[in-house]
Amino acid sequence: MDGNYILYKLILASVILLISLVVAMYSTLLERKVAGFFQDRLGPNRAGIGGIFQPLADGLKLFFKEEFMPGTADKFLYILGPSLTMMIALLTSAVIPWGNSFIINGTEYTLQVADINVGVLYVFAILSIGVYGIMIGGWASNNKYALIGAVRAASQMISYELAMSMSIIAIVMMSGTLSLKDIVDQQHGMNWNVWYQPLGFLIFIVCAFAECNRSPFDLPECETELIGGYHTEYSSMKLGFYLFAEYINMFISSAMIATLFFGGYNFPFMDSLNLSHNALTIIGSLVFFVKIAFFVFFFMWVRWTLPRFRYDQLMRLGWKSLLPLAIINILITGFVIMIKNHL
Amino acid sequence: MSVNQNIGSLSGRSKIVSNKKMTFAERIYLPAIFGGFRITLGHFFKKNTTIQYPEETRPIAEIYRGKHVLKRDDEGRERCTACGLCALACPAEAITMIAAERKEDEMTLYREEKYASMYEIDMLRCIFCGLCEEACPKEAIFLTNEIVPSNLERSDFIYGKDVLVEPVDKRVDISQRQTPEVLAFKKDKNQSHNS
Repeated sequence: MDGNYILYKLILASVILLISLVVAMYSTLLERKVAGFFQDRLGPNRAGIGGIFQPLADGLKLFFKEEFMPGTADKFLYILGPSLTMMIALLTSAVIPWGNSFIINGTEYTLQVADINVGVLYVFAILSIGVYGIMIGGWASNNKYALIGAVRAASQMISYELAMSMSIIAIVMMSGTLSLKDIVDQQHGMNWNVWYQPLGFLIFIVCAFAECNRSPFDLPECETELIGGYHTEYSSMKLGFYLFAEYINMFISSAMIATLFFGGYNFPFMDSLNLSHNALTIIGSLVFFVKIAFFVFFFMWVRWTLPRFRYDQLMRLGWKSLLPLAIINILITGFVIMIKNHL
Repeated sequence: MSVNQNIGSLSGRSKIVSNKKMTFAERIYLPAIFGGFRITLGHFFKKNTTIQYPEETRPIAEIYRGKHVLKRDDEGRERCTACGLCALACPAEAITMIAAERKEDEMTLYREEKYASMYEIDMLRCIFCGLCEEACPKEAIFLTNEIVPSNLERSDFIYGKDVLVEPVDKRVDISQRQTPEVLAFKKDKNQSHNS
């Protein structure tokens, strides 16, 4: 492992971090724009052309807001909550293959920070920690609404993580690997997993909504019942971190959906273009971002279409519908693989 | 057949509700969800209804009841004689005034020998009903199609003569609300409010 390699990985990590942050920042604008258009409005359009500076203005506002901390709050945990949420939201991007690789002077530079062979497991491990940020924040606030929101978040995340992992097991069985890079490489061209695992995709995307606390599963936050849920007592940039982490999670979830089910950086007719490897990588990365952008838009589309679930409906959907469906999906996949191997 | 169907509904919009068991398609939500997507996407590409307010405004009718104006006569003299009928007619008690006697050298300023030295309308109290306009026997006060702008201070909403009286060189056109028909109606002795 030479110095060049480490430098390259450092630069790549910083760039991906920056991209995640910028995308999350502009997702807030996109969300408001999309919401506006869905409601026959325009959305923010005063700060710069088409509201292009709105996220900056929002961020600046959050920085200048009063930093309020409830007197009865646990000081350390109160600060730890949003920091943890933000950190964990950013951690997941490390294993996602953002593109194939560049070959410069015979050396291969992959567009993935860490191609660990248990990439899928890593993502789920990080996702499970994610609930701690919310739980700690809600607990430390010493506020009943925040606590209810946090407890809801915890139980919701645990319930949906099960079905989510189960739906991925079918993918892992098919591809025979846990490395995200290998999973993407196997989906060359249009050979995407979603054609083989439509049910798994459906389960995964529903669970992704629940994991991101997005509507229609935004029960931990629900403004109308819990006045913000776990971040009721938060203000200034600490609140900003919570809100921001949600958008980063959305971005990463979209990236995961695109990676696992929609071929990542693969795109149709990529072999018949007769392009060099590096050019293909650039186009592939762009295609990957287009896919991500579509799913980010889809997240918003769902939010402004569907009403919130009731809590018992949420639990029933998770445990009584999605989990059995995921198990059936595993059984069917296993059965098909068995038949294929015997033919 | 239920009773409802026999009579038929008057509006034609009534629906017979029931607690029937949901079908499979209804239970898995998905068809309904996709129906929702279709509706929202339809709105996404629909023309938006936003009006960019300070730059463009909605058209306001000529007889809109907005900010008041205290009219001058053709020679530029204030018409108001501080009779107080507008204040009396005002249901919101928004109008106050102080009467004063016209001096010799003020003949060009005021139309009659009594005038309002102070005339204030509290725009926060005013309900823009137009009763002051109706009560005025001197055709001095009118509502215009100008909108009362927002302010930061409550005290700034109390409009005095400096704002209300129309400038001599910039007359406010009220011909749309003072048509010959309206004029005739106002002078008609058969109407109870003119008797």
